[in-house]
Amino acid sequence: MPENDANNEGLLARWKALPVDSVPKTVFVATALCLFCSMVVSAAAVSLRPIQEVNKLKDKQMNILQVAGLYEDGVNVREAFSAFEPRVVDLTTGTFTDQFDAASFDDRAAVSDPELSRALTEDPAGLGRQSNYSVVYLLNDAAGELDKVILPISGYGLWSTLYGFIALEEDGNSIFGLQFYDHAETPGLGAEVDNPRWKAMWPGKALRDESGELKITVAKGVPSPVMENHHIDALAGATLTSVGVDNLVRFWMGEEGFAPFLENLKAGGL
Amino acid sequence: MAQTRRTYLVDPLVDNNPITLQVLGICSALAVTSSLQVSFVMALAVTFVTAFASMFISMLRNHIPGSIRIIVQMVIIASLVILVDQVLKAYLYDISKTLSVFVGLIITNCIVMGRAEAFAMKNPPLDSFVDGIGNGLGYGLILMLVGFVRELFGAGTLFGITVLPTVNNGGWYVPNGMLLLPPSAFFIIGLIIWAFRSWKPEQVEDREFQIQHIEEAH
Repeated sequence: MPENDANNEGLLARWKALPVDSVPKTVFVATALCLFCSMVVSAAAVSLRPIQEVNKLKDKQMNILQVAGLYEDGVNVREAFSAFEPRVVDLTTGTFTDQFDAASFDDRAAVSDPELSRALTEDPAGLGRQSNYSVVYLLNDAAGELDKVILPISGYGLWSTLYGFIALEEDGNSIFGLQFYDHAETPGLGAEVDNPRWKAMWPGKALRDESGELKITVAKGVPSPVMENHHIDALAGATLTSVGVDNLVRFWMGEEGFAPFLENLKAGGL
Repeated sequence: MAQTRRTYLVDPLVDNNPITLQVLGICSALAVTSSLQVSFVMALAVTFVTAFASMFISMLRNHIPGSIRIIVQMVIIASLVILVDQVLKAYLYDISKTLSVFVGLIITNCIVMGRAEAFAMKNPPLDSFVDGIGNGLGYGLILMLVGFVRELFGAGTLFGITVLPTVNNGGWYVPNGMLLLPPSAFFIIGLIIWAFRSWKPEQVEDREFQIQHIEEAH
């Protein structure tokens, strides 16, 4: 028994006597510190997530208000947002579906659900997968007539997937505004997609010409007279982000995106 | 002891300012100072991280093996920075969006690492904590000075409140757009360093080279 005790003490004493720079102590300090720090970090991340989610939702609603031109400083976002009617659209048929609750349907999460999405073979926007369903926001004017429709758009730029909204007039062709709410493009270059001066080029432009061909383009240079109404000047110093925005807008406004829905909207068959 | 702790706190404000004397932490000072509110939050975040990182590193200083010293410091600093980032995202979402990557980049802010390596590894926890606060405040002071000039003359506002009504909003002030761009912070920091060194000539560094005068041959 005493021998055992001595042995135990010996171990502890030997551990204590080890120099700080010895290999066992180095490994021990590294492991203990990493374990402790990872616990602190994950505890913070998990406990703060609900509040962060609320912020994100509010931010999304605020962006919808902004793209629809309804946002002013100090406006109550939740209240103002109630003017919009969210509806889930089945992208393949271009019709509304009541299969899901529009207020809680998360199209960004649906992309990774194999039941609700499909892999893209032709993928100019660099999305990989596309949800079959998407939430759109309808805004009616005082007379109850459709005034604007806000569609979610997304696609790859230079570093990141850009998420945003495009607001169209009731004809489903004239652009009222465009805005990205989530991206990680280079500040000062690609991140100029947030610049109000650049965004101001979008309103009034038309997606399609009279023959119904998709014409909207983000490109460099002076447009030909035919294209003038469909041309948005590319961002200086951000070629790849501009190409990304061009691709994603054309993708979402095209046949794979909202084109069937917009046709139905124009025909009044909804 | 109280005297020394006080100097730890006050010294970095002017006499040993991390930005103007040590010329550290310039990158974030350029990036976040276009508005006072953002500068203020950044200054608080850096002060918090420097103070607590110094304190924790000082508490562990006798157990940190020399071979992994820098990595241990980085782990502690990085954890604190992630903590700050998460809290900002939860409670100050708008500001965290503006600060975006710069909060994450506090990890590489030379001031934090510099204090950890130069001070906290050799001094007791409380002194290190106070030293961290002092250096964070010294950094914050310059950030606020730069932010004040940039926001006032670049946008005509202070903390978002209009002081000089700009032409765009129907006022008379034509804002200096350059002040909203990062290079302007270089000029302002340069001017502040000049002012500090004129006021306290002992901060002027000795010349590394002396230009030699050659006598003209007769």
